[in-house]
Amino acid sequence: MTEDLFQKMAQSILDGDSEIAVVLAKQAIQTGVDPLEAISKGFVVGVNQVGANFACGQAFLPELVMAGEAMKAAVATLEPEMQRRGTTRQVLGRVVLATVQGDIHEIGKTLVGTMLSASGFQVYDLGVDVPAARIIEKVKEVDADLVGLSALLTTTMVKQKEVIGELDKLGLRRKVKVMVGGAPVTRDWVQKIEADGYSEDAVGAVGLAKRLVGLD
Amino acid sequence: MSKAIKSITNPKLHLEILTPQEVKKIHDATLWIIEKVGVRFPSKRALEIWAAHGAAVDSGKMVVRAKAELIEKALKTCPASYSLAARNPTQDLVLDGNHVYVGTDGCGVEVIDILTGIRRVSCLQDVCDIARIADDTEEIAFHWVPVSAQDKPPGTRGLHEIKAIWENSTKHVQTESIYDEREARAAIEMAGLIAGSKEELRQKPILSLMQCSASPLGHDGGSLDAALVASEFGIPTGFMTMAANLTTGPATLAGNLAVGNAEVIAGTALLQLAFPGAPVFYAAAQTASDPRTGAYTGGGPEDFLYGAATNILSDYYGIPLSMGSFATGAKEPNWQAGIENSLSTFMASIVMADMLLGVGFLHGSRIWSFAEMMMDCEIFSIIHKTMQGIVVDDETLGLEAIAAVGPGGNFLSQKHTLKHMRDLFLPQFMDRRTYNEWETKKDDARDWALDKARKILETHQPEPLDEKISLEMIKIIASLESK
Repeated sequence: MTEDLFQKMAQSILDGDSEIAVVLAKQAIQTGVDPLEAISKGFVVGVNQVGANFACGQAFLPELVMAGEAMKAAVATLEPEMQRRGTTRQVLGRVVLATVQGDIHEIGKTLVGTMLSASGFQVYDLGVDVPAARIIEKVKEVDADLVGLSALLTTTMVKQKEVIGELDKLGLRRKVKVMVGGAPVTRDWVQKIEADGYSEDAVGAVGLAKRLVGLD
Repeated sequence: MSKAIKSITNPKLHLEILTPQEVKKIHDATLWIIEKVGVRFPSKRALEIWAAHGAAVDSGKMVVRAKAELIEKALKTCPASYSLAARNPTQDLVLDGNHVYVGTDGCGVEVIDILTGIRRVSCLQDVCDIARIADDTEEIAFHWVPVSAQDKPPGTRGLHEIKAIWENSTKHVQTESIYDEREARAAIEMAGLIAGSKEELRQKPILSLMQCSASPLGHDGGSLDAALVASEFGIPTGFMTMAANLTTGPATLAGNLAVGNAEVIAGTALLQLAFPGAPVFYAAAQTASDPRTGAYTGGGPEDFLYGAATNILSDYYGIPLSMGSFATGAKEPNWQAGIENSLSTFMASIVMADMLLGVGFLHGSRIWSFAEMMMDCEIFSIIHKTMQGIVVDDETLGLEAIAAVGPGGNFLSQKHTLKHMRDLFLPQFMDRRTYNEWETKKDDARDWALDKARKILETHQPEPLDEKISLEMIKIIASLESK
């Protein structure tokens, strides 16, 4: 019976169907299934399958995004039950994401957020046009392992450097890894501002984040 | 000596990419989007203008919903035809629907160094060099800011860039790299120095302004404020949509056209409500995101179709179009670059898009290549020639020569041949050598194109800008930098 439920959970992720994923998560709670098992034996199996399909070129980016959103919805539904049981889902790391001040370009950053959260990171997305001070504040608040900074303009890209400088001043630089992204960002730029890494797309950002927190 | 400008005009080739019914359907969908879904205008000034004209404004979300009547009424005051002025008036560009002009692309972040061939971060000197080379070509009719002057402060970078172009070329400057009110005001002041006064600038806009929308269905606040200032002073202004299938637009082409159209049309209507009759243009560079990675593609059949379809839309609204063509996603000047840049430019030309953006880039408008710049010019020349089509009359049928030669023989010594042989296209960079000749050198278009760019840079002296004007411009920039 539970095996059947796990399979349906995996399938809901493969189908990118958030609504069904939520229904199945509720069903798990009602029938007393351990939420951590629902995640690891059910939903995550689907995430891994989509990831594998993507890696071999079968799945497209929208399928990856929808799977990520379904996963997020399922986990959010299971969250209260985990709290009630006093268990927590292990996360790969805590990531603060933002598009830097003066820049309103959102899509790349949001996509990276979806991919990271689907891969098991806890993501705090601060949105766009975010001043350095707010980013630092959040980093301290959630005890972040990673900061992701997005910029599309050469004139706003400099703000990535500013955030790194601020982290440095506060002595947080060794603890918090910084990854940067956006169309004008190049390897030279990453070296110049002494960021810890960059990726040219969202899927690459997941690999980078895992490396930066010492996985893979 | 300023060069004459080559433009496509009086074409013989035509293409009906959308029927009038289809255009109407896209237009109706656009109005529905603007009225029911709304467009984001994150600028206090813009929201006040919309509210004053009776649009529904959600000030919290900064989203405007305007009725079809308001949009259609506003668009009626767009001037159908006007000219972009150049420092040299013989290089003015007539935006009348019967000319296709090419500009440089922008705004890149890296340059393949013209001397060393090494890829590096772009700087102000690159802006100067590219402008100087562009000044000498007959194909390039106007400038965008080709690459970012990253050695200048972010707050005044856009001003250093336009000054550099004016100092190295007499041709029109359309900047896409000024996107706040403060810089826009300073840029207009600088342009006024060249035109003589603000009033003369209105008559002779030697500067135009292009602002990117923030797809889907949004604008950038700084861009809106800059555009409003430009319109106030009669500087031609356009909003460019870069809506991309899958990511910032729907997966379908018609839907993506409607989303982009809503952004551009709503932005244009705003400028007309604020300053009725202000010169405006439509700008677009829609594309498809790569389905696997979401990456900007910079080429492909979708781009080619957008290139042709968008001019039908801008024609429907009676405003000129600045259309993204060229801008290959290829990483070096190669097979992919040739295909993408030829087809995108052909499709935008055959419908007579007024301005084409633009020559010179690799990797989706990020890396400037001088070789690509020159080869893109040749692509335009080939399309320019093709668009002239086949003229059929007594002279071109050449029956007299045909009879004189008769069966067998050849046409090499005919007077008719002598008279018309120079009508045939003569490429600069196509390899028409013998095989043996090629085998001894194994060089190709890329080498010749780069050589040409180097030669122009070494030898071409553009008509200088009055030094007093340059000094005044420096003062304007300095006063902004000291604030």
